[in-house]
Amino acid sequence: MSKIMQDLRYSKDHEWVRIEGEKAYVGITDHAQHELGEIVFVELPPLGERYSKGEEISTVESVKAASAILNPVEGKVLEANEELDGSPELINEDCYAHHLYVLTDYKLDDYHALLDAKGYEAFLNSL
Amino acid sequence: MVYPYIPHTDEDRSMMLSAIGLQSLDQLFEVLGEELQLSDSVPISHGRTEDEVQRMIDSIASRNVRGIPFLGCGCYDHIIPSTVKALSSLPSFVTAYTPYQAEMSQGLLQAIYEFQSMICEITGMDVANASLYDGSHAASEAASLMVASKRKSSTVLVSSTIHPFILAVLTTWAKGTDRAIRILQEKEGVVDLSSLEAELDETCAGLIVQSPNRYGLLEDYNTVADTLHTHACLFAILSDPLSLAIQKSPAEWGADIAIGDTQSLGLPLAFGGPSCGYMAVTESLMRRIPGRIVGATTDAKGRRGFTLTLQAREQHIKRERATSNVCSNQALAALMTTIHLSSLGWGGMVEAANQSYAKAHYLAYHLAQLPGVTLIWDKPFWCEFPLVFSDAKRMRKFLQELRNEGIFAGVRLAALTRQAKDELVLLVAVTEKRSREELELYLAAARRVMK
Amino acid sequence: MSEPLLIDMSKQGRKAYCFPPLDLPRGFDQALPSLPASLSRQTAARLPEVAELDVVRHFTRLSNLVHGVDNGMYPLGSCTMKYNPKLAEHIAGMSEFTQIHPLQDISTVQGSLSVMYNLLEDLSSITGMSWGTLQPCAGAHGEYTGLKMIRSYFLKQGDDARKKVLIPVSAHGTNPASAAVNGFDVVPIASDERGLVDLEDLASKLDDTVAALMLTNPNTLGLFEQDILVISRMVHDAGALLYYDGANLNAILGMATPGDMGFDVLHLNLHKTFSTPHGGGGPGSGPVMVNSTLRPFLPKPDIELTDSGYVYQWENEESIGKVSMFWGNFLVLLRAYVYILRMGSEGLRAASRHAVLNANYLAAKLAPVLRIPYGKRCMHEFVISCSDLLEKYGVSAQDIAKALIDEGYHPPTMYFPSLVSEALMIEPTESESVESLDAFAETLLKLVKRAQEDPASLKAAPITTVVGRLDEVKAVKEPNLRY
Repeated sequence: MSKIMQDLRYSKDHEWVRIEGEKAYVGITDHAQHELGEIVFVELPPLGERYSKGEEISTVESVKAASAILNPVEGKVLEANEELDGSPELINEDCYAHHLYVLTDYKLDDYHALLDAKGYEAFLNSL
Repeated sequence: MVYPYIPHTDEDRSMMLSAIGLQSLDQLFEVLGEELQLSDSVPISHGRTEDEVQRMIDSIASRNVRGIPFLGCGCYDHIIPSTVKALSSLPSFVTAYTPYQAEMSQGLLQAIYEFQSMICEITGMDVANASLYDGSHAASEAASLMVASKRKSSTVLVSSTIHPFILAVLTTWAKGTDRAIRILQEKEGVVDLSSLEAELDETCAGLIVQSPNRYGLLEDYNTVADTLHTHACLFAILSDPLSLAIQKSPAEWGADIAIGDTQSLGLPLAFGGPSCGYMAVTESLMRRIPGRIVGATTDAKGRRGFTLTLQAREQHIKRERATSNVCSNQALAALMTTIHLSSLGWGGMVEAANQSYAKAHYLAYHLAQLPGVTLIWDKPFWCEFPLVFSDAKRMRKFLQELRNEGIFAGVRLAALTRQAKDELVLLVAVTEKRSREELELYLAAARRVMK
Repeated sequence: MSEPLLIDMSKQGRKAYCFPPLDLPRGFDQALPSLPASLSRQTAARLPEVAELDVVRHFTRLSNLVHGVDNGMYPLGSCTMKYNPKLAEHIAGMSEFTQIHPLQDISTVQGSLSVMYNLLEDLSSITGMSWGTLQPCAGAHGEYTGLKMIRSYFLKQGDDARKKVLIPVSAHGTNPASAAVNGFDVVPIASDERGLVDLEDLASKLDDTVAALMLTNPNTLGLFEQDILVISRMVHDAGALLYYDGANLNAILGMATPGDMGFDVLHLNLHKTFSTPHGGGGPGSGPVMVNSTLRPFLPKPDIELTDSGYVYQWENEESIGKVSMFWGNFLVLLRAYVYILRMGSEGLRAASRHAVLNANYLAAKLAPVLRIPYGKRCMHEFVISCSDLLEKYGVSAQDIAKALIDEGYHPPTMYFPSLVSEALMIEPTESESVESLDAFAETLLKLVKRAQEDPASLKAAPITTVVGRLDEVKAVKEPNLRY
């Protein structure tokens, strides 16, 4: 059973979003990291670029798979989690403690349109 | 009936059929349906014995005419040590497939690793792939890499001095897609960089240039890399790898991508194929380079071994999200290049490049003395140069007279570009393989025609 | 024994090859203008400096660490690892072919052009198509070429809306990638319980935005798409075209043609069906054949036979242009031509009939013990599932594959197609005798038995090779891609 955090919002592409004031943190869910297996590389997005909702923004790779990260909330890339550069396995260890990137100037409506924990759990059960 | 390469006897067939509960081979094909099953054999000839095929091929082969080739334009007659054919013909190299099963493919994987290393050394770049189909394919893969590397870009700038056939392949690459090729014009036989900055906009992903270029001339890329990088554009240099023994390497020019064809490093003319494309990039593009890549790693006992790696880039994993569809490489041709370079060493490579340079300049110098031809543009060249004739009749006579001496005097540029403006341009290539006698034979015939 | 890198055997001053001295007239060297410093290379490259025997031993030893068809059975599914005739190798080495420049005057290359022209004629007959191009250097390159032609065909009609290519989920990864690099959107088509194209799903996705359906037939499960005539009608009624991936043509040579099935365009893999060697992953050759609808869009130049011999034909406005540097992988084309000459129409037919016989015989031997999820009979290949072994004994398809290596076999294709879990895709080809099939079956069955009795030994395989299973995670996380 995949771990789901109560206070996050989720996309159907298995990204999570956490809002902290001006910042929106984006990561991948436990379900996603489990599907991928041992993560060997994360391609981080370029800073300062604006991405729309659903646009491919990053890639998370294992040896035998590559998963496109579709940006769940429109916004501008403020930070990328450089920690993942040398240690992508951190996502396997705790995917909710290690975000991929942070957006600013994000679209709050996009955030609200995401699934809440309950909705995401129901979505996972339907798969 | 016994067929070549099929070991089954009548007895085998009936035993095998009964093992699967059938009476005839036809039953295995019932699934094709009556409508599709051919009632007659396909209209090609009957089978032949080995001897019959060899005779037939001998007769076909006799219709090919060999001469002393002063022909280049992307395919050159360089010296190839005998080790190349002997070792690349070893049956397990020839009859293996892509080294998916690393443990039983270590020899091939290591050879590719050595190939990648040598391409990196020669180009000065950080990472090379296991090879591509040919130089034109390397150019279109470079274009794809550029567009994939810059958001919202769609255009690739290409120098008009790039080989006409490579330009043709790039034009096909863009056809029917939302990508485009834009031409950067030339001036006096080399790319005109004065308008470069003006061409670099949001849509432009990078620039592809070639040196030696389509005329054999060497180009100067001073400050080009900086200009491109300021506009978030990538810089690709296509070059004959043998020329890199003496001319500035792509890395020394600050290129992001080095591409070309290793034909000049151990591959025979072979009517133009198979050849072997190469691509090498800076470390920052390591995970975007297309094609197979071999890496070294270890097994559970800590022994070094080689394996296909960084596969998450590739079509079998990314499917429609892959930025390249390439699935194979030119492994055996890359092996030939590896054996060639192993035999020559850096010293041999420099020697071959220098001798080509000297002999080409010797011929060019003496041809330039003749009336009716000029060596246009007076630009540095390596082993190939453009000779311009005063009129078409003279050019035809020149080619014919030299043909009569068994010499293929050069490639008509118009045969590649099909453009009237190139009608009088002959590209003459001279490699280290051309002997002094051959050079003198060429000059003597030329003097007779052009007096 | 592992082999060191040749660079590590380097000793300064050793040479494996000596060039003849430069013999230009005395004085010319001195007068020779040198390359301007601004264009000159500054740094030396590190290449091996060794003696000729070092080179010979190095590459001979490396070749001993490679398994080819000449070494033993190579039942790699969908790759058609059949025997590569020595005659073809010999002919491809003839200097009348290897020493010909691609840009020689046309009158001096009539031999090479006749090989290409006659090969195109034979391939047209064998596939039931109108004509083709020999330029593509590999199967994926052929797909790229064929799809480019499809796009040009619709654009020529002013139809820019057909941007989708339908591809069964069981297809090889190059199919969707080739479509995507040509600017198409890929729409997957489901397989039904038979393992064939799901006709309902196909019908629901066919509309006026679809450019083509790409099919491999027989498909990657080794099953013939027996609804092909219905599929062809559906696709064409929707105004789309039908693309044939020739990866599995070895099942139907001389028995049926893609042309009769209604395909508009196809690519062949000469390195599979027509017995040219795989060369460790290339060079191959991927000719594209078309019917008359698409013929105007073929790459340039075409080859024509005129009263004065063979000529290149460049005057074709609708052509997609060039797709490779010169005319294609000529020496590969030559080998395929030799194979066709040798086999003839009856021989090619016999090749397919025996390839299918071999696959069915082997499947029948394995079926009592290993599950074959799709199809009662197969064509030239079949897919077994090791999921029972995984469930009961923790032994995966990969474990079986690696254990086969210790038995001297190249493993089958693993984990493909994804429709079958723990898949091993087996294609014995017509080259294998009944004795070698029996021995292979016996070995596989022995391994299944070992899975029950000693699964740990399979997990440890291979143990007879120069290295064991490699750390692929490390290979990606700490890339070491060059010396």
